[in-house]
Amino acid sequence: MFFELPVVDHARQAEQFLKEADRAGWHDALLWQVRLKRDRAAAEVPEWEELRRLASDIKAHTLAHLDRYLEQFEAQARANGIQVHWARDAAAHNRVVHELLAAHGVRRVVKSKSMLTEECGLNPYLEAHGIEVVDTDLGEYIMQLLRQPPSHIVTPAIHLRREEVARLFCEKLGVPEHLPPEALVQVARQVLRQKFLEAEAAITGVNFAVAETGTLVICTNEGNADLGMHLAPMHIAVMGIEKLIPRLIDLGVFLRLLARSATGQPLTVYTTHIGRPRPGQTVHVILVDNGRSRRLGMPRFWTVLKCIRCGACMNTCPVYRRSGGYSYGATVPGPIGAILMPGYEPSRYRALPYASSLCGSCREVCPVQIDIDEQLYAWRQELGARYASRPKRLAMRLAVWVLRSSKRYRWAGRLLRWSLRSLPRRIVYGSWNVWGRTRELPRVPRQSFLEWYRERMGTTVD
Amino acid sequence: MRVALFVPCYIDQFYPEVARATLTLLERLGCRVVVPLAQTCCGQPLANAGFAEQARPVMSHFVQVFAPYDYIVAPSGSCVFHVRYHLEADEAAAVRHVQQHTYELCQFLHEVLQVDQIPARFPHRVAVHDSCHGLRGLGLGRPSERLLPAWSLVRNLLRQVEGLELVEPSRPDECCGFGGTFAVEEAAVSVRMGQDRLADFLQAGAEVVASTDMSCLMHLEGLARRQGVPLRFMHVAEILAGRS
Repeated sequence: MFFELPVVDHARQAEQFLKEADRAGWHDALLWQVRLKRDRAAAEVPEWEELRRLASDIKAHTLAHLDRYLEQFEAQARANGIQVHWARDAAAHNRVVHELLAAHGVRRVVKSKSMLTEECGLNPYLEAHGIEVVDTDLGEYIMQLLRQPPSHIVTPAIHLRREEVARLFCEKLGVPEHLPPEALVQVARQVLRQKFLEAEAAITGVNFAVAETGTLVICTNEGNADLGMHLAPMHIAVMGIEKLIPRLIDLGVFLRLLARSATGQPLTVYTTHIGRPRPGQTVHVILVDNGRSRRLGMPRFWTVLKCIRCGACMNTCPVYRRSGGYSYGATVPGPIGAILMPGYEPSRYRALPYASSLCGSCREVCPVQIDIDEQLYAWRQELGARYASRPKRLAMRLAVWVLRSSKRYRWAGRLLRWSLRSLPRRIVYGSWNVWGRTRELPRVPRQSFLEWYRERMGTTVD
Repeated sequence: MRVALFVPCYIDQFYPEVARATLTLLERLGCRVVVPLAQTCCGQPLANAGFAEQARPVMSHFVQVFAPYDYIVAPSGSCVFHVRYHLEADEAAAVRHVQQHTYELCQFLHEVLQVDQIPARFPHRVAVHDSCHGLRGLGLGRPSERLLPAWSLVRNLLRQVEGLELVEPSRPDECCGFGGTFAVEEAAVSVRMGQDRLADFLQAGAEVVASTDMSCLMHLEGLARRQGVPLRFMHVAEILAGRS
């Protein structure tokens, strides 16, 4: 069934988030620390900026020849004994996963981190079909216990404080209250260990798929993907079609960038290469389009597909840090989400390109050099006039009419300054004045610069 | 050298002293400065709001006014960024000329005039607030995200001012949260960003916050005055022109 979801109001969500001022400050400081870690890790690589360029070029090249590389990957993976499936959209993806599980009578699944399954809504789909899915990444597990989506693509539970996690574990798992983080990890480990042992299938995401070799590469810190796929007789790897890279030799470029950009680690703790199934195991890979090939056809917006999902743009974004992941109402939040989501549902996500001061910090940290700020600007051009309120449209038209003529500009300026100087404060700072609720307006001069200059010219030149 | 002074509309209306300081400074450095009286606005606020198409007549007007000049200089990184990278009008050759010859003031002092001595004195502790469009857009310095040798054109100029002591906030170049219409459409985030920035300048021991962009300072000063934060805000041009 198809229904329209409500329009995301980022400004309002952000305002809510900021009402808890201390918590917002904590969130900001925490993510800023991640940004600083990234800075330090990147500084260890003398050729960092060249790596970024190289990564961008490799991705751009791959995307430009995606058809070829996808077919090459498919042939190689099949030759390695991996079964390859294609899914046009989220529904097809979920159906394929379910069919594979159902064909083998699978009731219990462990899943490691995959933003694609979030994008496709796989968990609720499988649960509705009576299959238990357990997220085994600690942050994702916490979010699953809360029955909430991740607020960040790399650190899903970054917005929660340790006390909140302790309370959650106490409520849901019946452990004593106020456990310290180390104890909480042990609790999760024990619960998940049992799930791993019982699982009949493991679902994982994919960080990179190598066309030349037909291999999959998965980067994790907790080893949960490895444990899942090594224990279960069936491994289903799901990936967006943009995850391809041409050759194994290209992988080093991305591995050096990914973890440093994401968390400031030189590498993730585990970098797993999946070549062929071990005896008795079946490995499936599902290649998912879900709007990606359409995006590839958008001249101004296709480079968003270069994204390797490191989350660095979120950590550096002064708006994300002060509004939280949920304020974007999207699977992928933050700056990258703000240029990604409007391509799927322009009406619903029309506010996101405006959830930015256009400071450009995202572009500078991006390991694959996506011009995020410029795409935010470009999305505004696509959406601004189309969805603007009537008053805003009128205000813009009035501004154009005034500013296209020096005479009208002069008079409008004079009127504006006169009003701000002469009207009583309660009118100037009335409820209409959003700026003035928290900020003083500038002290308004009697004379504009151009008026002053005209006078000076009049007395000295004429 | 014939230089046209491009006075951003909000500076013209609200901060004439900044435009006067820019004029004084350029004349003192030997430029013949012309102020085209027909100028209005470069169109940035409209374009950043998503109305670039509708704002074409404004940008066309801008191009017509400034096309005749060899150099166009403005005391605003943000407006210059817009002119250089987002200007849209029909007159292609004129647009290109204007884009290639429009400079932010500090950029002009550095690249074109190659100033290495500023006859000014300013015995105060100054923190530079890098405007994002100046820093990351025009490249007036190395943004903290980039792994390149550190440099800053604005600080290099201010170091030539006698008695001036530079202090640095802990987050070197975080956005102040102004962002044009962002300041009202996302008021809550905008204000919080500004407050955090002010706190950082205060803990750095700054007396004066200086910037290439009055728009950032309009936001920061507006917050500071409302909250009684003891900081002064000055455009870099005012300090370089010898105001105290």
